[in-house]
Amino acid sequence: MAEKVLMKGNEAIAEAAIRCGCRHYFGYPITPQTEIAAYMAKRMPKIGGTFLQAESEVAAINMVIGAASAGVRVMTSSSSPGISLKSEGLSYMAGCDLPALVVNVQRGGPGLGGIQPSQSDYFQATRGGGHGDYHMIVLAPASVQEMASLTAKAFDLADKYRMTSMILADGTMGQMMEPVELSEGEVKPIEKPWAASGTQMAREHNIINSLSLVPEELEKLNFARYEKYKAVVENETMYEEYMMDDADICVVAFGIAARVSKNAVLAAREAGIRAGMIRPITLWPFPAAPVKAAAAHCKSFISVELNMGQMIEDVRLASECARPAYLCNRVGGMIPSPEQVLEKIKEINGGVQ
Amino acid sequence: MKTNRILIAGFGGQGVLFAGKFLAYKGLCEGRQLSWLPSYGPEMRGGTANCSVILSDEPIGSPIITTPDTLIAMNLPSLDKYEAATVPGGQIYVDSTLIGRKVARGDVSVFYIPATQMASDAGLTTLANMIIVGKVIRESGVCAWEGIEDALKKVVSARHQDLLGANLKALEMGYNFEG
Repeated sequence: MAEKVLMKGNEAIAEAAIRCGCRHYFGYPITPQTEIAAYMAKRMPKIGGTFLQAESEVAAINMVIGAASAGVRVMTSSSSPGISLKSEGLSYMAGCDLPALVVNVQRGGPGLGGIQPSQSDYFQATRGGGHGDYHMIVLAPASVQEMASLTAKAFDLADKYRMTSMILADGTMGQMMEPVELSEGEVKPIEKPWAASGTQMAREHNIINSLSLVPEELEKLNFARYEKYKAVVENETMYEEYMMDDADICVVAFGIAARVSKNAVLAAREAGIRAGMIRPITLWPFPAAPVKAAAAHCKSFISVELNMGQMIEDVRLASECARPAYLCNRVGGMIPSPEQVLEKIKEINGGVQ
Repeated sequence: MKTNRILIAGFGGQGVLFAGKFLAYKGLCEGRQLSWLPSYGPEMRGGTANCSVILSDEPIGSPIITTPDTLIAMNLPSLDKYEAATVPGGQIYVDSTLIGRKVARGDVSVFYIPATQMASDAGLTTLANMIIVGKVIRESGVCAWEGIEDALKKVVSARHQDLLGANLKALEMGYNFEG
């Protein structure tokens, strides 16, 4: 077992990325994720890696496209407004089927918004963000330990499916420190026969491109990509259930909202209310099966979010609206308190009796 | 099962985050669960800064402290802001050099420590934070006194190890302060 160390969530992401073989980082600073870039700037030159502060987010994501095309592990990180700038690149990466890690440590929006924590980029992350039909694998850590472990997972999934993985965190997760145990990072070399890494005069050229002017062919590419997505949905969905066995009320929350909600669920149990929680760890694919199963024995759902109600749509879709879903939220950089979530649980518990 | 919710608040530059980090590392050394959450952003440069440290024997849910059981107030705005939020029966530590008023509540234990003056007199001008932490360790039981040096070694960065002695002295001054 490795020693437990104290790290900020942002630093844990950076160190975990290095340990699983990422040697290329391109970014542009923005609060509240700048520690990722700072950590990379310090470490990459010492281990033969590349840290490059680009002239803009747009430049950074296009550098990621270049490195990913060459078959190396590469990442970028930003916060909400910066991810909007990168979204064109994310669409191109989907069109090129390129694996990479993109980290979004969210802050309040829209526009420049504020710098305090938020989850208001849920739609942008889970629906693609850029144009065209595509998905990214979206992982939502709820502890500094998961900031590290899901970073490693994100790289593995990206390489396995030739997709972009996104870590969707928030300012709290990025800034807080908790004990973290970093794995020694066994890097399994992954064959990338599709990469533009030099033919050695021994094979045909690999062409990495998202332009496809023949509709019949572009249609085929889209269908094939969605077959791949189907496999991701079947094999890679991750979630945690907390006190769900006999739950009457199912709280659904991810990231910092899940941490807050856990306190509220515990307090509700102490007050004699059978509350439980489903915490999606992958936001795409969304854990639809456990939510649907919960609809069979729960009277209602409460979606706790740091936005105006985005994930609640996935809760309703997954449960096929079999039970009412209520929103408990704060926005703009504010975070719901355990007391607010408990109040909502009590209110709904009273209402349905 | 014991959980300590410690809120440290003051001006940027008073070492609020550092004091919290020290307590977090002490918790780590003692094998406890912990979280450390800073305020971040422009207020860190001269405005108010605060940090939430939770030390617990069980997994920690929310890292955000709305109702501290231990409040360290290093300036007046912080005391004004958090006095009412402190749980009944909790403890409030006041830097009485910088805060002229008394705590109005009667249902909490209050400790007045002229930490900024003490630090200045001892030539440890930036270590009022650690003087108060020393007193907190003595009075609150959030962590043990034994092993403070191990925790200090972890929190004082490698190139500042020469400041270990000063930090240790500040902690001892607070620990031995009667008042």
